Amino acid sequence: MTGMPLISDTQNTWCPGCGNFSIQHALKAVLSTLESEGISRDTMVLVTGIGCHAKMADYFNINSFYCIHGRTIPVATGIKIANPDLTVICCAGDGDAYAEGLDHLIFGAKRNIDITVIVHNNRVYGLTTGQYTPTSPLGFRGRSTPAGTLEYPLNPLEMMLATGATFVGRGYSRKIESLKSLIREAILHRGFSFIDVLQICATFFDVHDVYDQYVYELRDHESASFDRAMEKAREWDYNNKGPIALGAFYRAKLPTFDQKVTAKIISLEGRTAAIQRILDERR
Amino acid sequence: MQDISVLIGGKAGEGLNKAGQIIAHIFGALGYRVYLYYDYPSLIRGGHNFSIIRACETPIASHHDAIDVLLALNQETVTLHQKQLRAGGILIFDAAFVRADGMGIPLTIILEEEKAPAITRNTGIIGAFCKAIGIRWELLEEVIRKDIARQTEQNLAVARRGYEAVPGVMVVPDLQHKRLPFVTGNEAVALGLLHGGLTTYIAYPMTPTSSILHFLAEIAPPFGLKVIHPENEIAVMLMAIGCAAAGERVALGTSGGGFCLMTEGVSLAGMAEVPVVVVMGQRTGPSTGLPTYSGQTELFFVQHAGQGEFPRFIVAPGNAAEAYSWSAVALNLAWKYQTPAFILTDKNLSEGGFSLDLVTSPPSPEWFPPSEGGSSYKRYALTESGISPFIPFAAPGAVVKYNGYCHDEQGISTERPELVTIMQEKLLRKQQSLEKEISNIPSVNRLGVVDAATTLLCWGSCRGVCEEVAEHRRLRVVQPVVLCPFPVEQVRRALEGSDRVIAVEYNATGQLATLMLQHGFTIHHQIHKYDGRPFTIEELEERVKGVLG
Repeated sequence: MTGMPLISDTQNTWCPGCGNFSIQHALKAVLSTLESEGISRDTMVLVTGIGCHAKMADYFNINSFYCIHGRTIPVATGIKIANPDLTVICCAGDGDAYAEGLDHLIFGAKRNIDITVIVHNNRVYGLTTGQYTPTSPLGFRGRSTPAGTLEYPLNPLEMMLATGATFVGRGYSRKIESLKSLIREAILHRGFSFIDVLQICATFFDVHDVYDQYVYELRDHESASFDRAMEKAREWDYNNKGPIALGAFYRAKLPTFDQKVTAKIISLEGRTAAIQRILDERR
Repeated sequence: MQDISVLIGGKAGEGLNKAGQIIAHIFGALGYRVYLYYDYPSLIRGGHNFSIIRACETPIASHHDAIDVLLALNQETVTLHQKQLRAGGILIFDAAFVRADGMGIPLTIILEEEKAPAITRNTGIIGAFCKAIGIRWELLEEVIRKDIARQTEQNLAVARRGYEAVPGVMVVPDLQHKRLPFVTGNEAVALGLLHGGLTTYIAYPMTPTSSILHFLAEIAPPFGLKVIHPENEIAVMLMAIGCAAAGERVALGTSGGGFCLMTEGVSLAGMAEVPVVVVMGQRTGPSTGLPTYSGQTELFFVQHAGQGEFPRFIVAPGNAAEAYSWSAVALNLAWKYQTPAFILTDKNLSEGGFSLDLVTSPPSPEWFPPSEGGSSYKRYALTESGISPFIPFAAPGAVVKYNGYCHDEQGISTERPELVTIMQEKLLRKQQSLEKEISNIPSVNRLGVVDAATTLLCWGSCRGVCEEVAEHRRLRVVQPVVLCPFPVEQVRRALEGSDRVIAVEYNATGQLATLMLQHGFTIHHQIHKYDGRPFTIEELEERVKGVLG
């Protein structure tokens, strides 16, 4: 399929000004470069959840699995286990990754499966018209919490560091160049790569002025140090105003799950003989 | 006809399941057809466990009320089961722990003298048992060497002392019949899946299917099998779907509670047209119910699990041979039709033991209509059969798009009413193709006195006990093995000439009976049992007599 445009001709239905456009653009640029560097498009698989972000599956002209809410990571894990030669990328929403499918996010990191998880974190449920998510700030007034939420937000970076992700980063949908290099690095990283992308929801939670004011790029950061990474992750709690670092917080090299579970397929004859041996042992 | 039943009982952790297997193997070596019922509560140590091992000249899958030999490692075994012992039956017990009239053997002293661990008490009592029923020592030694890998010599020494501690009372004749493998229903399912080309098995532990996970994990390497135990049943199902989409031949196992968590994935598999095989082992419900006991309450649950309408295949094997064969068939059908297939077992089948007599070998793996891929590939290409050519991810030149959203042929989401209609009709055509295929596979058993006017209708593990009652009472047995798509025509033919149908099920509401009524059949009587335990032959016969009047 090389040579076909990466973006399909499916009609795009995101709101004008949606942060998803930037993430799509960044991912497209990265995939295009990777392709030119020799990674066949045939071996790329995009897995999406449910929500505005999920339409990426339709908009990209590559292998995809448009699955269900919260379940991108187990599907992607299965794909990677089945064929470790594939480049498997999950685009998930914050509802997907941090609410409905939080268990899978934690276990994906824990088992260090070699997939890349890009969380389109707009900190609101967009497609279901504006309810709070696990990363909405305390007091967020959504349609299910008209008087404001009663819960503090999760800090996804802190959580991912604590549970074993080997690449942890944060991007911002209005810092497209740094987002591109972050996505590229995450895809090339061998192991569980996690990127939280602060994304504007133009309709329900547009806080770009706050992000624009507080974001900064990590420089001279010791990303091999877990403690330094944790310090940076705790700098901003997703609730109060504070400096918001962007870039790669943590990089670690560890064996991946998919490398550990590979098995050699045997012939049908070998299989029949092995079954017979087991039955003979049970006589 | 030779028909001998042995009950061995004791506390959990005393190796009673193993002891049952050894006894089964001894009978198997003498050419007997063996059935084992294993009864245990949900705890790790203590409680009361027992196995009933029944050996017969003809194939069996049920047990009697009465037993010929009682082997007691604790007092409770005698208290609970002595009343089942036939007059003239043999009672052997550990004299240190049990007071009874019979053959007490000083197992505790033997263990001390042999410096053997407590777990060998079971082989000690088996030694005594073998002597009492006239088994050659050489045969017992052969079986122990085969079945006990650890501390074999100590086990043999203890068994020998047990053997020497009692006199011979009777002689169980050597039938000189073919020695058949003795397997649990779960082992039969697992081996059948391997026969059908399984490459990956995924499960979260849950009785009664955990032992499929354990067994496959243990034997995986020579098969090149991947065995994965993820965080929960949701992940099990979704990982399986991912594996299948990328070319693995995958199955998973669970029970009702775990299956509750899988239902969104079942629906996704139906919509995205991803093959997956689910082994659903029923146990007593609702909720936690009785974790280690049986039931047949999930037929409707499995039949209707998942939102929306899509084809599915459900088979309920009645014994180990059916479990083996149909597990291979289930894989083939799931992959051919790219839809979920279910092997519906229950605790009695899954954890029961059976002599496996594979009269015919099931089909070899079929790898569905493959596609050549290429840039014109469409994951949901419209065809007359409703089956689209399948290709795993990474096919050269093909863009493979799976989708759980309403989609077009390419796999791109759509909300256009005419496309939604066309694609739902594609699923319907697939359903019709599957129905047609089932109508050409023998899917309903007619057993017992096949032309009798009165029929016992049953499914799953109820088959064995119904067959024996039917032989005694001159009844017919009709057992639909495939439950979805329901083989209406084959059931009709199996019931031809029968004017009275008695449905026998391990549930309180008669789920197969209800399904039959939905398809226009008449059910005259229903017999239900819902205490988690299987019918004994005598118990069911009484119930049938009550119905027949």
